[in-house]
Amino acid sequence: MSDMIIVGTRKGTVIFDRINSNWRPRQITHAGIPVCYAARDPRDGTLWASLDHGHWGPKLSRSRDRGATWEDVMSVKYPKGARYIVKYLPTPDFDPSAPTAQPEYADATVYKIWNLAFGNASQPGRLYAGTIPGGLFVSDDGGDSWELNRPLWNHDSRGGDLFTGDATTENRWFGTPASIDYGVFEPGIHSIIIDPRDSCHIYVAVSSAGILETTDGGQTWTGRNRGMLNDYMPNPEAEWGHDPHFLTSCFEQPNNLWQQNHCGVFYSDNGAQSWNKVSMPDVGVHFGFPIAVDANDGQTAWVVPAQADSQRMAIDGSLSIARTTDGGQSWQSFRSGLPQDNAYDIILRHGLDVAGDYLCFGSTTGNVYLSEDRGETWQCLGNNLPPIYSVRFG
Amino acid sequence: MPIVRMTPHLYQFFPKLENRTITVPVGSVAEVLSAVNEIAPGFTDYVLDEHGTLRRHVNLCINDTIIIDKKTLSDRVPEDGTVYIFQALSGG
Repeated sequence: MSDMIIVGTRKGTVIFDRINSNWRPRQITHAGIPVCYAARDPRDGTLWASLDHGHWGPKLSRSRDRGATWEDVMSVKYPKGARYIVKYLPTPDFDPSAPTAQPEYADATVYKIWNLAFGNASQPGRLYAGTIPGGLFVSDDGGDSWELNRPLWNHDSRGGDLFTGDATTENRWFGTPASIDYGVFEPGIHSIIIDPRDSCHIYVAVSSAGILETTDGGQTWTGRNRGMLNDYMPNPEAEWGHDPHFLTSCFEQPNNLWQQNHCGVFYSDNGAQSWNKVSMPDVGVHFGFPIAVDANDGQTAWVVPAQADSQRMAIDGSLSIARTTDGGQSWQSFRSGLPQDNAYDIILRHGLDVAGDYLCFGSTTGNVYLSEDRGETWQCLGNNLPPIYSVRFG
Repeated sequence: MPIVRMTPHLYQFFPKLENRTITVPVGSVAEVLSAVNEIAPGFTDYVLDEHGTLRRHVNLCINDTIIIDKKTLSDRVPEDGTVYIFQALSGG
């Protein structure tokens, strides 16, 4: 049973401890610094926080004493020669069928370390970091040094190997609106999943490109977007340009993957070989950012429904969570303990987590809610936190 | 020798730079920052990106003039110059 919740907020890291059946917040750490993701490495208990300094660049912070003290970790850096093809926000007269102009290149720099993932127990020092602008970094020494995964960076869907020359293919990755804060419109890796059965089998989700899979430890990557629909593109079934908001998988049944996508909720029971849209707008399940799946039952998942991409807030001012136990064929809404009037919370992609019977989510309105009965009833852990980016059980 | 002054924000990450006069050898801005990094390892990671370019939301002046070369930091700091490092005001 988990006894810690790590919350990454716009103004620092807040840790809740479960003491005598009550959850109590500690004083904020990284005070004043945006923390876009924070989590505990289950292998050795190390706490990690991704600091999103507005001025001083992204940094990683690490605690090996349950959050009592923290230390800076070597920054994730792009190697010399790492470039990407610049993307610009589409203008009102954007014509996707028009001939592509000559690509414009930029030297890659890390704008944001958006996600961290921990290797399997068989690889104790292995960590992964996903960045804006769309780089996957790997560490084999517990985060002391990092290396860019070049096959993904050089993928044909991004223009090919730009270390050695100009583009050989068209760049089909789009930017994520989350990058606009940094003055750019570039993609970002926000979800990294390592198959617990096979450390060489990894998925990443890219906003806005889609899902990619490697089965050889990152030497080659294949797009896994069949069945995904992209309503805002001229061709909704295009291979690239999808906007998964978050991707997750069942620990005990890793072929069961779920994504809350910009264009609905999608489920795969065959290891992302194909996806099925399982949205049910009639019951509010369609748009949102986070998604969580049960660790034992791959058909059980939770989402926090939001109104629409054009109205990123709780539906009708009423906060709820929806659960399916049959692979998305049906959804049940739960509201007990959640505000039902004048609630306009939105929960970001890393803002929901599950651990056994516990679920917790935090909103950009600074509210934290916890359920100890699989989402059926809720208690409020705090109303006045800074905007919340990330919630993870420790 | 040139003097380096900076926003107190940076002291929370590099406390050894606080409450002292930071003097460095004459040279380019890049060399001046490198000298500060000798005193406080990791300092340049906060001010520069991985290509040695001044971060987007950092300002750097020699006396009261913002430096011209933010990419390679070649501006010369004179013997009696003071380098100021401060954040571009933004955010909420």
